Amino acid sequence: KSSVQTIGEEQIQNPYTELLVLKGHQDIVRFLVQIDDCRFASAGDDGIIFLWNAQTGEKLFELHGHTHKITAIAPFSSSDASEEKKHLILTASADRTVIVWDCTSGRQVQKVSCFHSTVKCLTVLQRLDVWLSGGSDLCVWNRKLDLLCKTSHLTDAGISALVELPKNCVAATVGKELVIFRLIASDDGSEGWNVLEVKRLVDHQDNILSLVSVNDLTFVTGSHVGELIVWDAVDWTKQACECNFWDSSVPPDVQPEIKLSQSPNETSVQHLTSDEECVFAAVGKGIYVYNLQMKRVIACQRTAHDSSVLHIEKLPNRQLISCSEDGSVRIWELREKQQLPAELVPTGFFNMWGFGRASKQANQAAKKMQDNTPMYFLELVGDLIGHSSAVQMFLYFGELGLATCSADHLIILWKDGERESRLRSLTLFQKLAQNGDFQLKF
Amino acid sequence: MISAPDVVAFTREEELEDELCSEPPLPEEYSVPLFPFASHGANPWAKVAGSKFTRDFILISEFSEQVGPQPLLTIPDDAKVSGTFDLNYFSLRIMSVDYQASFVGHPPSSAYPKLNFVEDSKVVLGDSKEGAFAYVHHLTLYDLEARGFVRPFCMAYISADEHKIMQQFQELSAEFSKASECLKTGNRKAFANELEKKLKDLDYTRTVLHNETEIQKKANDKGYYTTQAIEKANELASVEKSIIEHQDLLKQIRSYPYRKLKESDFHPYEPECALGQANAGCGQDLTASDPAEPGETHLYAHVPSYTPKLIKAKSAKCFDKKLKTLEELCDIYFFTQTLDQLHQIERTFRGDVCYLLTDQISRALLKQQSVTNFLFEDVPFLDEKPPEKQYRGCRGLSQDAVDRKCSEESPAPKVVISLGAYKSSVECVPIKMEQEIEDSQEPKMTESVTFEHQENLDYLDADIKGSISSGESIEVLGTEKSASGLTKSESQASLPVSPSPQAGRSKVGSRRTISEDSIEVLSTCPSESLIPEDFKASYPSAINEEPYADDEEGGLRFTPKLNPDNADEQEDVSKQENLVQVDSSCCIGKESPNFLEPLPDLGQKPCDEDGVVRIPPQPYRQAEQGLRGSFGGFPSHDGISGGFLSYEVDSRYLTGSREVSKSSLDECSDSTSYISSAASTCSDRTPSPAHPACQAKERHKKKAGQNALRFIRQYPFAHPAIYSLLSGRTLIVLGEEEAIVKKLVTALSIFVPNCGVYAKPVKHWVTSPLHVVDFQKWKLIGLQRMVSPAGVNVLHALSRYSRYVSVLDADSKTLRCPLYKGTLVSRLADHRTQIKRGSTYYMHVQSILTQLCSKAFLFTFCHHLHLPISEREPEESVVNRRMNFLKLQLGLANEDIKIVQYLAELLKLQYIQEPGQGVNPLLRFDYVPSFLYKI
Repeated sequence: KSSVQTIGEEQIQNPYTELLVLKGHQDIVRFLVQIDDCRFASAGDDGIIFLWNAQTGEKLFELHGHTHKITAIAPFSSSDASEEKKHLILTASADRTVIVWDCTSGRQVQKVSCFHSTVKCLTVLQRLDVWLSGGSDLCVWNRKLDLLCKTSHLTDAGISALVELPKNCVAATVGKELVIFRLIASDDGSEGWNVLEVKRLVDHQDNILSLVSVNDLTFVTGSHVGELIVWDAVDWTKQACECNFWDSSVPPDVQPEIKLSQSPNETSVQHLTSDEECVFAAVGKGIYVYNLQMKRVIACQRTAHDSSVLHIEKLPNRQLISCSEDGSVRIWELREKQQLPAELVPTGFFNMWGFGRASKQANQAAKKMQDNTPMYFLELVGDLIGHSSAVQMFLYFGELGLATCSADHLIILWKDGERESRLRSLTLFQKLAQNGDFQLKF
Repeated sequence: MISAPDVVAFTREEELEDELCSEPPLPEEYSVPLFPFASHGANPWAKVAGSKFTRDFILISEFSEQVGPQPLLTIPDDAKVSGTFDLNYFSLRIMSVDYQASFVGHPPSSAYPKLNFVEDSKVVLGDSKEGAFAYVHHLTLYDLEARGFVRPFCMAYISADEHKIMQQFQELSAEFSKASECLKTGNRKAFANELEKKLKDLDYTRTVLHNETEIQKKANDKGYYTTQAIEKANELASVEKSIIEHQDLLKQIRSYPYRKLKESDFHPYEPECALGQANAGCGQDLTASDPAEPGETHLYAHVPSYTPKLIKAKSAKCFDKKLKTLEELCDIYFFTQTLDQLHQIERTFRGDVCYLLTDQISRALLKQQSVTNFLFEDVPFLDEKPPEKQYRGCRGLSQDAVDRKCSEESPAPKVVISLGAYKSSVECVPIKMEQEIEDSQEPKMTESVTFEHQENLDYLDADIKGSISSGESIEVLGTEKSASGLTKSESQASLPVSPSPQAGRSKVGSRRTISEDSIEVLSTCPSESLIPEDFKASYPSAINEEPYADDEEGGLRFTPKLNPDNADEQEDVSKQENLVQVDSSCCIGKESPNFLEPLPDLGQKPCDEDGVVRIPPQPYRQAEQGLRGSFGGFPSHDGISGGFLSYEVDSRYLTGSREVSKSSLDECSDSTSYISSAASTCSDRTPSPAHPACQAKERHKKKAGQNALRFIRQYPFAHPAIYSLLSGRTLIVLGEEEAIVKKLVTALSIFVPNCGVYAKPVKHWVTSPLHVVDFQKWKLIGLQRMVSPAGVNVLHALSRYSRYVSVLDADSKTLRCPLYKGTLVSRLADHRTQIKRGSTYYMHVQSILTQLCSKAFLFTFCHHLHLPISEREPEESVVNRRMNFLKLQLGLANEDIKIVQYLAELLKLQYIQEPGQGVNPLLRFDYVPSFLYKI
């Protein structure tokens, strides 16, 4: 019925053959944040924060303190040379408080409740050893939770995203505007900082939904109507703008019906991520790869999911993971397109051959792609089905697997079955040696 | 189950033919005689002509001093059971072989009548004329009014199957010992109570006499005594003597356990035992010092309800009085408990000996497979702490039921009547001892702990454990009852624990909690294994065949085996046997303390000398047996209906290390195979194990097996469905009708491996949409198909998660699941199988699954299959090695590999699971295409 690419039950390249369901939350789980190599925290609308072991799925702590849903979460690990590394997390909630938690002991370290509005974003500036909270105003805090300075009331909507820029600057998205603030060391005190609004950029036509820093020189914003603007991080000038490029980049002959029915919701840039070369954008139901050098979209999957893509992440091995409101998680691989004439033959072949099994339809991806413009295409290599509701976010733990959180109150740890089996064998023989009962009672 | 008796029965004909055809004829001297009853036209399973009863039963008999041997009751209490069997005659037979050296009297060294705490004797007796064979357990109960204070009783397990009695001797002995110990415990309490009453009477009599003498003295100032006065003085003297005698008896009966303690590491279980031991000196004071004053206050204070009677100098003639019944002798609580125990025994040993043995062996073996047995074995079996308890120490299990029963009955007046018994046993104890009980708890508890550790090591410990459980409840109950009974007595304050009298149910509750703490580590069962080697001979276990003149050749002959160091004890026994008994109740008031009255020689028939063999009981080495047991060949041997086939190897293994001559057993075996089967056919074919839960389980097995058979015959795609289950892919049975779906689920549940030691991951009926969590938890689900919006959701969820599940549609008879091309399942579920019965098929499945488990075990625990040999070895070579092992060594093909891999994962998970935390259930799956199968 839809043109959404599917992959059959045979997924050779999908490494995740084992799953672990982590139960605990009583409402939508919206945030996952990595604490260290094997721990992560989850938070959501029930106001509870859970700490989990990513390897075993063991629930480490259950942090109670907030009375409303969590609106932002940020890891805050101290790098004091004197002490051992201390892992803290900051959580902001709709109850207008921010709590600092100690991840080692599972205790509440401190609580700040002097906010006038809900804090919607938290950013830690490791370099300056301060953290910022963004709501209707921007506040700067030090480690001891002293309020260093704050801006005046900006708007009622408030700051929805913050990103650190060079030269002690931060970019904040306030509605359609992008505001640049600069932190200036205060003249009197040694620790004091002052915050100053430096610039207000009003290039977006609609609310800015996503903001990501690519490198020291560039950051990218995406808006609700599908504008993607690449900014210079130093002088805050527009480097490139693709206001309507989601439509133009795709030739109309491929899927005209989609274009017609396109509503703003289907072109909103939900999430952005990037590596050094490319920006990966989750736009509506699709995924787009925008090359910064070439300043154009090099690969896209217009309907990667049945509904909006909520989160997207680039893996080191040229793979891309996306999760969506349709409850599925998909793994994509960015592949270079082969020479054009040869391409059609295998696709057609697979189409005929794989009709009944619908297993090789992945290759249709190639067909959907533009003939000449993008030199790459995204191939579906696997999908993870487990959640029964929208997958809000996921966290990639490399070898340890993948944690996904969803509106169905669950967190699922996806693991490589082979690796887990091997690890279990290892544990088994360690335990055998430990118990000294190689001569089991059999 | 490792092997299945049913399988034996149903494969025998074919196998027999094969064997006869293939093997060269045997030499004449080894040839197998024909079935002896063939001439009667009877089939081998028919009832043996010889026996007059339909099934095994338990008989309790007494040697009454008034009427001689008489049967008291049978279990089951059903006239049909014993049929035309002459119980009176058989009682005579079994009571005439009492080797128990139970005599009370005045031994030359002692001035007072002495109670002998004799061990029970255990005898096997055969009556080939009657076709009855019996395990006979003799015991002696005390009765103040009886001659020599003793009443000889015996309990006999009577079966038409001699072989069964022989094979199960150890087990029977252990079980009957428990029953006997229960009776004797009750009896000791009742006896002590009786003695106290008697003492009160005597004391009262003495006071009266004393007063009379005083009056006479005052009246008579002539300076000389009248004959009347002299008579009175004599009477008084004899009463005083009698008091001393009775006090001594009371002391003896209370001192019972610590006498035993000195001899072995036996654990007493009665409160007064512990006390007695702890405070022997005090006890001495109490009873032996000055009997008059303390006795008076003490005794009268406690039982205000009892009015002492004046005792006449001459007691009534022995034959005039009515002897106490068994209930009266043991008090009702202990009596009912004993009956329960005996019913338990009857149930446990019901059925064919072949079944019993196989069951025992498989249990012994399963116990050793602690790593893998959770996969396919029944959960309740594994839950039990000591696995052999189920058939051996059923007492522990049935205890709850017994308790419940008792508690329900407890408000009945009967119990109230017996309160006196408890009172006496508890009250006589000085208060300060109570604390010492508590002090003494700790060491005992640690002992029980050590037993648990050794559990696997030695069979003996199991016995101890079993007895511990039974001991507890008796003890605690006793205390409690006494406490509640005491509420109005003056000594109430003296008891540290004084719960207010409550309804029976709440009592039970409290009792349970107490016993859970294992406050008292006690034992009711001095089975021989508990007694040190040198003590054994004093309570001989004998096997006796009544020597019929013409039967002697065919009778049982056993080589006597006496330990050299037992010789002394042996002599003691014979000495004791020659001792004479004194009827003390008759001699009260008589002058001569040395009045001796020889008893008729009950067990001393001269012919016994050669007929009787003493078998020193030996610990039943289960582990050894399990390892040596060549049960591989067992079924086929047993299957030969020719019967005279040598049983040598098997029976010797099966009987453990019992010293039984081979030839005699061989001869046993010939008749046994028919007899035993006869015994089993007349009752239910499948012997029902101990308790109702087991029976239900048995029924469930039967049903599941039957349904599974039907399934594999009806559905051509049974193999992939079973493969799904074995490889851990959740199978969903979808259907509109609950009954049909549930039936299918039941059928398929026998193929589902357990994920842990919990219940099987089977969900019989679900109506809501499934979720990924369900697949994690359940491996077999019955799902309702509904024609409604909700139903659409259910189906939608199913298609969404289709990669994790196989779907069996019971309505349209289709199956959607991955392809299976292996060979394993076809052996498991051959639709052309000749197996007809559900339980047989169930066992067939179990045996193949056990094989599978062993493969999985091997695979899991081979180090190099999973981990590199050297640091630098690449992962691929390990993978290669692993696949080679699976394919070549284990001979697995295609998808079978996945089955073993899945089982191996389960084994790993189970093994590495930390005891404290539960397993995180994880879902493993493969990305493999599914296919749709249709009929």
